[in-house]
Formats: sequence, structure tokens, C-alpha cells
Amino acid sequence: MPEKTEQTETSSDSYEPRIVAFFCNWCTYLAADLAGTSRMKYAPNARVIRVMCSGRVDPQFVLDAFAQGADGVLIGGCHPGDCHYQEGNYKALRRYKMLKRVLDDLGLEEERLRLEWISAAEADKLRDVMDEMAEQLSALGPAQLEVSEEDLEAMSAVEEVTA
Amino acid sequence: MTEKPKVAFYWCASCGGCEEAVVDLAEAILDVVAAVDIVFWPVALDFKREHVEAMDDGSILASFVNGAIRTTEQQEMVELLRRKSQVMVAFGSCSHLGGIPGLANMWDRRSVFERVYVETPSTVNPDRVFPQPSSQDDGHELELPGFFDTVRTLDQVVDVEYAIPGCAPTPNIIADAVKTLLSGDLPPPGTVLAPDVALCSECPRIDSKPEDLSFVEFKRPHQVLADEGTCLLAQGLLCMGPATRAGCGALCIKGNMPCTGCFGPTSQVHDQGAKYLSAVASAIGVNDPEAIDKVLDTIPDPVGTFYRYSLPASSLRRRKTTALEG
Repeated sequence: MPEKTEQTETSSDSYEPRIVAFFCNWCTYLAADLAGTSRMKYAPNARVIRVMCSGRVDPQFVLDAFAQGADGVLIGGCHPGDCHYQEGNYKALRRYKMLKRVLDDLGLEEERLRLEWISAAEADKLRDVMDEMAEQLSALGPAQLEVSEEDLEAMSAVEEVTA
Repeated sequence: MTEKPKVAFYWCASCGGCEEAVVDLAEAILDVVAAVDIVFWPVALDFKREHVEAMDDGSILASFVNGAIRTTEQQEMVELLRRKSQVMVAFGSCSHLGGIPGLANMWDRRSVFERVYVETPSTVNPDRVFPQPSSQDDGHELELPGFFDTVRTLDQVVDVEYAIPGCAPTPNIIADAVKTLLSGDLPPPGTVLAPDVALCSECPRIDSKPEDLSFVEFKRPHQVLADEGTCLLAQGLLCMGPATRAGCGALCIKGNMPCTGCFGPTSQVHDQGAKYLSAVASAIGVNDPEAIDKVLDTIPDPVGTFYRYSLPASSLRRRKTTALEG
């Protein structure tokens, strides 16, 4: 597994959620491109990773993002019926729904994983989704999913069991 | 005569099945005993911790540790064995991946104690007495090991060279692993001593596995009379063969039960549950969101199904502690 990126804490009162965004090459990434060339302003919290298709997003990528400190993961793909590879976005949808159930059982808040269909023309939708997600995650606070070695040590130090 | 190599066995959070597995070697165990000197094996031999402490560091060739790490005592013991051993071997699913005890990572110490010492129907504990790491009784100070919130795999606690997978490891896997270790020709550290391919590749039913699976409902073993010759996935059963390492000889499938994943993932995968979830979900045969939900409703316990043996070894390791009540 790659090294965890350094926590870039500013100060505690200006918490900025970190979003890892997987955008498909044919629709959502182009929407982000359009938003850029149209000089739209939106929340700068996402680190965008371009994938060929939303169907390429392995659930392991999502879990790794959370394990390495992401507060939210956004998957963007083509609208149903528009997939460049015909079926990829449906595969993404099924995996997303299954993964969502697992993450729910693991105590993760609903808003932290999101799947959106955003076409190449929908720069405004991209902006709205980014803004909304950043706002929701700011309200939730850090995901705190990483279990660092230090945390594990600390767990072993807690001995008292009180009723 | 040169001295025989020394080996040790130890158990942590486990059921004892791995100890059985060693005995299950049957006559082959005589070859093992002839080749090595067992210096520590609490379940079978009367050596104590102080005997291990008295040994020189690195004087044991290999320590085989089964069970996950759940208490401070287990951590101390594996740290001690690590110092005394040249090679540390995670023996069985619990030690390798966390195993069934690792599912306790859906809870923490407080909720586990609450359940076990208060809520279980057979428990009467009105004073809410819980085990304490130290207590006084009749002027004596009594000590118990501390209990961690999180169950860990062996390699999350000490450096581990090899893993022998399985719940429990099968006799052929153990015998091959021991042979490898005694040969002196050691594989690179981190190697899991089993074939690095998916179970489907050695499954007797592989020919009946469809090119394209299409699930419209998942079935649990008690809900269906499975055909004994057909791929279990094709019959709607959640067989973990595609996401599980081979080497067991498809024992469960030969018993007409789906694989539950005890050998863990192959070296290409680091989160077995996520990978299996991915494979299964993408093969669901409907596209409408509500219809997908209906299919998924037939998996009542996704974490317990996909991460049955590997939750502590998964990317997230446990349920978020802050999501637990109290």
C-alpha cells in the first residue's frame, strides 16, 4: 500500500474535508474540464483521479482512500445508457450500492460516499455536487477511519473497564 | 550429531482447531517430530514461559503462532517468541487475517464486556462486575491480561516472515510449509505458504462455472438443496472461491458447501472482502436501483459474509469506534 500522505492540518477551527474523486474519462472528467474553462468557482476540496470508466473503480480504491485519510469519496460517471463501454456505469452502481451497505455496517456516515452521474455538458451539476459534498462533510467533521499504529498502542494502554 | 532445529507453537485468540490441525498430520507428524525439537507447545507439552525466556535470542528456528491478538498477554507472548525466533509463522486464519475472532472488531471492549458479562440470557450479574487487569482479594493482588478494543493480526503486532493460511490449515498445506522451512531454501519474507491462485482453479466444479454470472437473488446454504456437480455461484450461493487462495483442495465444495474464504486473498489483492464484493455486485443481473436493492437485501450480513476471516486485515480493520454507542 502506498505511503499515507502527510496530514495538512491548518488549524482546528478551519477544518477542510478531503475528498477523493474518481471521475470517468468520458463524462464527469470532461464536466470538470468544462467547469474549469468556464471559470466556475466551486469547493476546492476534491483530489480528482481520472479513470477510464466509473466501472474501473475497484471498491479497494475507495476503502484505501478512507484508510489513508479521505473524509469522503465521490465517484462520477456517465448517465445510465451513456457509458462509453455500455455497461461500466451499471457495474459501478451495483458495486456502490453493495459497498455502501458494508460501509454503513462499519459505522461510516451516509454522506461520505457518493455516486453521481454527470455528463460532459453538466459543469453546473459538477459544481453543485462538489459544493454540496464539501459542505456536508464539513458539518460531519473528520472521518477518523485510519487506525494508526499509535492509535493501536493507545488502545492497549487503556485498561480500565467501567460500568 | 548436530542439534535438531527448534520449533515452538503458541496460541492466542483462537478456538484450538489449529492445534487439532497439527495433530491431524497423523503419521506425518512423526516425520516432523523426528526432524525438529519442539521446545514450547502449551497445549501439548509442559514447557513454561520462563523456559522460553531463558533461551538465547534467535535460538528457535521457527515459531508457529495461531490465533489473533486480543489481550496484552498474547502481545507479550508473541513479542517474546519473536525475539527468540529466527522465523515467525502466522499459522491459520486468525493469526494471518484476524479470523472469526476478528469479527469482534464490529464492537469494542466496552460493548463486548457488556454483552458477555451482563446481557447474555444465562448471565446474572446485578453488580455489574467486569474483569479488571488487577484486583485485590484477601490481601492478594490478582492480575488478568488487559483486553484490547481492536483485534489484530499477528503481523500487526510483530514482524512475521510467513503465513500458513486456513481455518484450520489443511494437513497437506502444513506438511508442505514445514518441508519448505526445513529445506533451508526460504521464500521471500511475506510469502503465504500456499498456491497463489484463486480456489476456482482447483475446484472440481470449474467446468460448470458460467462465463457470465447473473444474480437475481442470493441464497444461503440452508435455503437451497444445492446440486452436487454444479458451480455454487451458478446456483446463487455466495461461494468465495473467486476471491480466495487455493490450496485447501476445495474441501468445503466437496462437502457441497460454498467457500467462505478462510485461505484469504491471493497476493494480488489486499482487501479480500472488497474484491469479492466487487466481483459479486458487478454480476448482479439487474440495472434498476430499486431492483439492485432487492437483490442486495438477500445478503443479510455483508461484513460477516465478505470479511468472515479478514476484517482486522482489511483496509479499515474495524468498525469506526465513534460509531459505537456510549
